Amino acid sequence: MADALIHEAHEPDIEATHLRHHFATSAQQMDASMLGMWTFLITEVLFFGGMFAAYAVYRNMYPGAFASTSKFMDVILGGTNTAVLICSSLTMVLAVRAAQLSKRRDLILFTILTMIFGTAFLVIKAFEYHSKWVEHLIPGFDFQYDEPRYQHNAQILFFLYFCMTGMHALHMIVGLGLLTYLLVQSVRRVFNANYFAPVEMIGLYWHFVDVVWIFLFPLLYLIGHRR
Amino acid sequence: MATIAHGTPEIAAEEVNYLNVEHGWKSWLLTTDHKRIAFLYLISITAMFFVGGAMAVLFRINLLQPEGIFSAETYNRLFSMHGIVMVFFFLVPSIPATLANFLIPIMVGAKDLAFPRVNLLSWYLYIFGAIFTLYAVIRGGVDTGWTFYAPYSSTYSNSYVLSAAMGVFIAGFSSILTGLNFIVTVHKMRAPGMTWGRLPLFVWANYATGLIQVLGTPVLAITLLLLFFERVAHVGIFDPNIGGDPILFQHLFWFYSHPAVYIMILPGMGVISEIVACFSRKRVFGYNFVAFSSMGIAVLSFVVWGHHMFVTGEAMYTSVAFSFLSFMVAVPSAIKVFNWTATMYKGSVSFDTPMLYCFGFIGLFTIGGLTGLFLAALATDVATHGTYFIVAHFHYVMVGGMVMAFLGGLHFWWPKITGRLYPEAWAKFAALIIFIGFNLTFFPQFILGYLGMPRRYHAYPPEFQALNVLSTAGASILGIGYLIPMIYFVWSLKAGPKAGPNPWGATGLEWEIQSPPTTFNFDETPTVTKEAYDYGPVEEIVG
Amino acid sequence: MPASLTLLLADLQLFPPAASAQAGPIDALYWFEVIVSAIMTAGIFIAVIFLAWKYRRRANVRATQIEGSTFLELSWSILPFLVMLVMFWWGAKLFFAAQNPPKDAMEVFVTGKQWMWKVQYPDGTREINALHVPVGQPVKLTLASEDVIHSFSVPAFRVRHDVVPGHYDSLWFTATKPGRYRLYCTEYCGNQHASMGGWVDVMDDREYANWAGGGSHGSLAEQGQKLFEQNGCSTCHQLDQQGRCPILRGVYNKPVQLDDGRTVTADDSYLRESILDPNAKVVSGFQPNIMPNFKGQLSEEQVIQLIAYVKSLSPATPASQQGVQQRPVVIAPRAKAPAARPPQ
Repeated sequence: MADALIHEAHEPDIEATHLRHHFATSAQQMDASMLGMWTFLITEVLFFGGMFAAYAVYRNMYPGAFASTSKFMDVILGGTNTAVLICSSLTMVLAVRAAQLSKRRDLILFTILTMIFGTAFLVIKAFEYHSKWVEHLIPGFDFQYDEPRYQHNAQILFFLYFCMTGMHALHMIVGLGLLTYLLVQSVRRVFNANYFAPVEMIGLYWHFVDVVWIFLFPLLYLIGHRR
Repeated sequence: MATIAHGTPEIAAEEVNYLNVEHGWKSWLLTTDHKRIAFLYLISITAMFFVGGAMAVLFRINLLQPEGIFSAETYNRLFSMHGIVMVFFFLVPSIPATLANFLIPIMVGAKDLAFPRVNLLSWYLYIFGAIFTLYAVIRGGVDTGWTFYAPYSSTYSNSYVLSAAMGVFIAGFSSILTGLNFIVTVHKMRAPGMTWGRLPLFVWANYATGLIQVLGTPVLAITLLLLFFERVAHVGIFDPNIGGDPILFQHLFWFYSHPAVYIMILPGMGVISEIVACFSRKRVFGYNFVAFSSMGIAVLSFVVWGHHMFVTGEAMYTSVAFSFLSFMVAVPSAIKVFNWTATMYKGSVSFDTPMLYCFGFIGLFTIGGLTGLFLAALATDVATHGTYFIVAHFHYVMVGGMVMAFLGGLHFWWPKITGRLYPEAWAKFAALIIFIGFNLTFFPQFILGYLGMPRRYHAYPPEFQALNVLSTAGASILGIGYLIPMIYFVWSLKAGPKAGPNPWGATGLEWEIQSPPTTFNFDETPTVTKEAYDYGPVEEIVG
Repeated sequence: MPASLTLLLADLQLFPPAASAQAGPIDALYWFEVIVSAIMTAGIFIAVIFLAWKYRRRANVRATQIEGSTFLELSWSILPFLVMLVMFWWGAKLFFAAQNPPKDAMEVFVTGKQWMWKVQYPDGTREINALHVPVGQPVKLTLASEDVIHSFSVPAFRVRHDVVPGHYDSLWFTATKPGRYRLYCTEYCGNQHASMGGWVDVMDDREYANWAGGGSHGSLAEQGQKLFEQNGCSTCHQLDQQGRCPILRGVYNKPVQLDDGRTVTADDSYLRESILDPNAKVVSGFQPNIMPNFKGQLSEEQVIQLIAYVKSLSPATPASQQGVQQRPVVIAPRAKAPAARPPQ
């Protein structure tokens, strides 16, 4: 990691502020934080994986119902959200880069942009969910499906849709909370070339949430889509 | 001959250690010292052990009579809560959250785990989860069994399924964070010179456990979440009436719960490696094989879950594959048992309490593991599934194995953790009582199982009574056996002789620091130059 | 106290009776496993005790540090694994045999519901928590659940299968020894799970012939025919004409093409699903949403009767599955030797 090189030229004072007592060097602390975040993200993969497995099982069992429900998946909104998230990942990367280069202003700017994109995603999702609500397509809340043939199986498939996208949205909300923290700390001049581990870690988390969506979008919206 | 060095005069003055450095509830409840957190966990899981144990005593009393004594409803809730409490709130956290939490940083030469605040969060999540589950217990219990099978749990049971399941869900995150902490610590916090090949086998075992915790528990989380939605909103995912599949629940559940049983044995195996080395004064025979067998178990544990479902109508070839893999996963465990036994060859064996528990473990785990082969084989699994044979099998490995290892480890490291010595004579006596009580409780259950007595039955045919009475008699003895260490451990905190840094003369970084350790373990980070069990130079390399 | 102790011991069993053709072979595997386990356990116990004693701590005797032995590691990995492979192979072989009932197996239908087993025979006899079977005759149980997962088990036969709601499960056995044997539910199913047990009566030919007499409501197929008419099925599924619905005569166990291109076999499970969830599989050339859904209106037992009726419309259905009395009233030996292994 190029970061190791940056750490060579450290200023002891700043390091002392952020170096936790049980770490020998801030390189070790950074390394440990990164591995910790990666490990946590792997647990998230398994968590979402359980839902993906259930989805795969039911999609395989009820291909007719799946084809039928796919027309309710709004590809336009979903596609827009995909673009929004990809942009947000770009701005997130730029924010991390800014922190690495001690560019506080850019860091703040890109963090805010990422938050704007994230919020846009959630707003669009809210529209999507609202339209489902209006059409009685939320299982457990007066679910009605227009094709009686697929009524029951559609309920299961819609439940999985809400479970997967809902979990994803929940992770986005948590991500926005983390970005808020990042923003506050950036304004307080906490991050610079010698200490930006939290920025990188939150960046990793944000990218992960993006990647989950990159899987969700084709699986739920694109494959077998019928108008 | 005992190896204990009794409290030496040089330790007359009270040293500063992690226990006495600060006082007051805030210093405990807001601590980030892994040793204090381990102590908090020790108190919590012991409490849960006795809650679960009390339930077991009660339902074993019920089983004295073929027609039962309590109502069916009471019995069903007792056995379910016994399982939930014992599995999720005792066994899964037991050694990792207490002994490993305490020892891993010291054993690798670090001042703390990688993420001390996350460690504290782990404990709070455990407590939070326990509160949810205890709420279910107090309000009248859950009766689905610890396995929560749908559609009974999702649609039919009118017990406190949600709060029990949510308690387990929350505690699952505690387990994940503990595993995460261990993994990062072992990777990134080893002292200079502490290569992977010099790590104590206890660290390897808990590292492998951490891998399972991190990879498996999230699937339990999603399973319980799906159950939650099914129960609350009747979405139908496990409801066959609208096309849901109850077997999907089982696949998702066992995908975690099988690896979970290895969470519930690997740390114990780690303890046994440490004890057998110290009390034979020898390096463990076949260190590499024992270390890699822990990793092998962790990997294989994820591909055998279907052996819990041989009679559900699983496809035939699927069953065959799971059967084969289940036999494979037995091999690394067997390797360990042979290596531990071989460690005593040309050793210098003493019979202190930790070693007695070690003997008990080796014997009882062997029986438990071998009876697992009966269950890996398809035909005999069909004949015994859902009977007391299964109950006996898993109690042999989890109680005869893991709990014995836990007690052995507690006795071994008690001087280090508390700075006190426990009374050896009482400890040996308790170990004997536990061994006898355990076998009397569970061996008859193998016979009952093949006879066909189903598990989770509050009443049973009269011809099974004799064996049930034997089993209950054993359970009462076992219960007494567990109470005795409780008493003398607590007694020793105030009145036990003070321990020196290394009362056993063991190798390992933890024995090179004071008892109890200081908050930051080491005054300066050690540099490691020796192999793990350097009791002497290697004299024989048998080819 | 001594009196009850005697009672306790008098009842004491240590090994279940072996009353089916597969019990003996399964017991053989079981004993093999027991012997291997006993040898291994004894070996480890003896080794531990011996080594601990021989190398007990003595003053001035130091331990010898030994690294290990790759040869030993390989030996004690590979040899036990080979023994395990024997167990695996043996267990799989017996398991295979248990999956496929012989063609001439007598069919009995068992419905589990909280908390009883309801048994129906093709000739219409019904009973609860009891099963009567003739000796030496393969019997196939088709298992259905009305509610939660149950599990049907007869330890004396060494058979067990979970009964999962939503589809049929099955198991088969050939009883070899007349007598009464316990049957149990072995998957926790709620409050009275422990009461969900009963008896299997294995009877010799004469006894069985005397017992089997048919139900007062006619055979299963006859009961099914009544339901067929009462529920309006005949309106569409007029037996020999293709109305709005597929033809039923001769459909049993034949391949059926569905409207989504798949081809399935019209077995018991298919027929059950067609009644309880008709839209799940729609036959090619027919419309969905036309057949009413009978979920909640017909119990699993009634569905079994309807299926028996549909089966009776297929000429190929063996007599054992139609409403024909299974055993002729003869005392002379059967003309055909039983396919099962001789009784133990």
